[in-house]
Amino acid sequence: MKILTELREGLGISWDAIRANKMRSILTTLGIVIGIVTVTLMSAAIQGLNRAFVKSISALGADVFYVQRDSWINDTEEDWLNSQKRRTIRVADAEALANQLTLAVAVAPVAEANASVQFKNRSASGVTILGTTEDYLLTSGVEMSEGRFLSAADASGGRPVCVVGEQVATNLFQTASPLGQKIKINAQSFEVVGVLEKQGSFLGMISLDNRAIIPLKQITTVFLRDPDVVIQVKARELVQLDEAREDLRHAMRRVRRLAPSEPDDFAINQQDQIVTLFHRETATIALIGLFVTGLSLFVGGIGIMNIMFVSVTERTREIGIRKAIGAKRRTILLQFLIEAVCICLLGGLIGMGIAGLLTFAVEKILPTVMSPAIVGIALFVSLATGVVSGFLPAWRAARMTPVDALRYE
Amino acid sequence: MGAETVHALRDVSLEIQRGEYVAIMGPSGSGKSTLMNVVGCLDTPTSGRYELNGVDVSEMDDNQLAEVRNREIGFVFQMFNLLARADALHNVELPLIYAGLPADERRRIALDAIAQVGLADRMHHKPNELSGGQRQRVAVARALVNKPSILLADEPTGNLDSKTGVEIMTLFEDLSQKGNTIIVVTHEEDVARHARRIIRIRDGSLAGDERRSDDRHTTVATTSTP
Repeated sequence: MKILTELREGLGISWDAIRANKMRSILTTLGIVIGIVTVTLMSAAIQGLNRAFVKSISALGADVFYVQRDSWINDTEEDWLNSQKRRTIRVADAEALANQLTLAVAVAPVAEANASVQFKNRSASGVTILGTTEDYLLTSGVEMSEGRFLSAADASGGRPVCVVGEQVATNLFQTASPLGQKIKINAQSFEVVGVLEKQGSFLGMISLDNRAIIPLKQITTVFLRDPDVVIQVKARELVQLDEAREDLRHAMRRVRRLAPSEPDDFAINQQDQIVTLFHRETATIALIGLFVTGLSLFVGGIGIMNIMFVSVTERTREIGIRKAIGAKRRTILLQFLIEAVCICLLGGLIGMGIAGLLTFAVEKILPTVMSPAIVGIALFVSLATGVVSGFLPAWRAARMTPVDALRYE
Repeated sequence: MGAETVHALRDVSLEIQRGEYVAIMGPSGSGKSTLMNVVGCLDTPTSGRYELNGVDVSEMDDNQLAEVRNREIGFVFQMFNLLARADALHNVELPLIYAGLPADERRRIALDAIAQVGLADRMHHKPNELSGGQRQRVAVARALVNKPSILLADEPTGNLDSKTGVEIMTLFEDLSQKGNTIIVVTHEEDVARHARRIIRIRDGSLAGDERRSDDRHTTVATTSTP
């Protein structure tokens, strides 16, 4: 009750003081506004970047392992060179692996090539040709917008059918339906049985829509006799990921006939690895960015402290009067702390408003996100700035003796 | 070099009874301000004792003194010392805020106090919209609002013209009649003459203590410095 009364009184006094020195308050607040705007924008940009990345990376699937010759992430150049010396992973390895696995729902070997694709007189170049099986639908999580995916019969029989990505479909057929049409890949004819849903790009670089998917058996005849394949394995359950990974590793070692003393001559890649690496990198960027922008907030805080010292000196007599009629140290301390916090919170709110508008404006170009967490943190930071920069001046005010304060001219 | 110890007050022993109307007189530099600060609990003596209502306040810390000032002392200053940004009513309400009273009760008591000094129609005026006499009356209302043991006035008429000065002294007379304990610190004989007891201080020591009527009272304040 008592503390509430004091808080309310403190708020009233602060508001009066802020209004009484309008220009001074505006300028001081401006320092905080600038600080909060930069810090908030920085956080929004970092968070936006993270979101965009996670969204993009989710194309890999959280529960999918990618068994391939080299690891996605190599700590040293030597690791990478070693992985290049390894035996290729063959289609036969994939088939043998599929028979061994118990904790997997789908095993899809994927061989990749690059080719141009023709339909009548139109052609699309630089198309990624994937040779795989019907399981790829499960491991990749792609969606069909038209028609169907490769069937088991297509895959095992090696029938000349294909599924095309959205970009290939528009390039070759424009608005017409590609279903049932015959396209030429490397001078070989394939019937289009399905079109993939638009997927966008991977990490903003590789288009996931400029693709054509054909049966694995076709790619070994049309392109490469013995391709290096990536085996995509989808775990049965997300919670058993580590177990599934171990199971997969042992199975793969058996398939590759590795002696117990030999190291793995393959890598098991996961979405997780990239995410971890990315977060490690962005954490560093975030730290540096927030430090630099934090400096501007710090300068704003110094401004507050300075003006609070002025305010305390100016109001020495008032402090004396208040103390004479019964204000305790705590009351005076609270009064000036509230004033500093008010200025900072005001600056914080205005700053966030501006940052919100700016975020909204650049959203089209840069992936920025102004989340409730950022708003909460920014409010807390401005409050903390107020408390920290207001404390010393308020403490000086609280410690004044009433006799000296009353005598002050 | 070395600091020279100046005894603002020494060998001053006096007792003031509840309901007394006392004037403390002395030329400037006599130590009467120091005495007032001690009596008003604004300062504690470096040595010696000060008992207020039988409680030794000489050893109290800052916060305890603030509480004692809030409950037991009502100040009236020469410079009025009202808060410039607050209206008359809020100024009067301030001691009650520090006493932690709920808002509606505060309002009621403050309104009552401001009416007692005859300023009910001016309660929403800021100090700079009031005359000197009115300001001092607001200060008196503020001093009395917590029903203190002592009304302590420091040159209450020093910044007023003689006519309003007389008005304030009449108000004090009135308050004394109603049983308030009043201590007025002044260097003006005219002001002191209103009191029923005059204590004179010179060079830090007691130079006179004359009573103008000898009615008995209970002890309210005792001070002694070695």
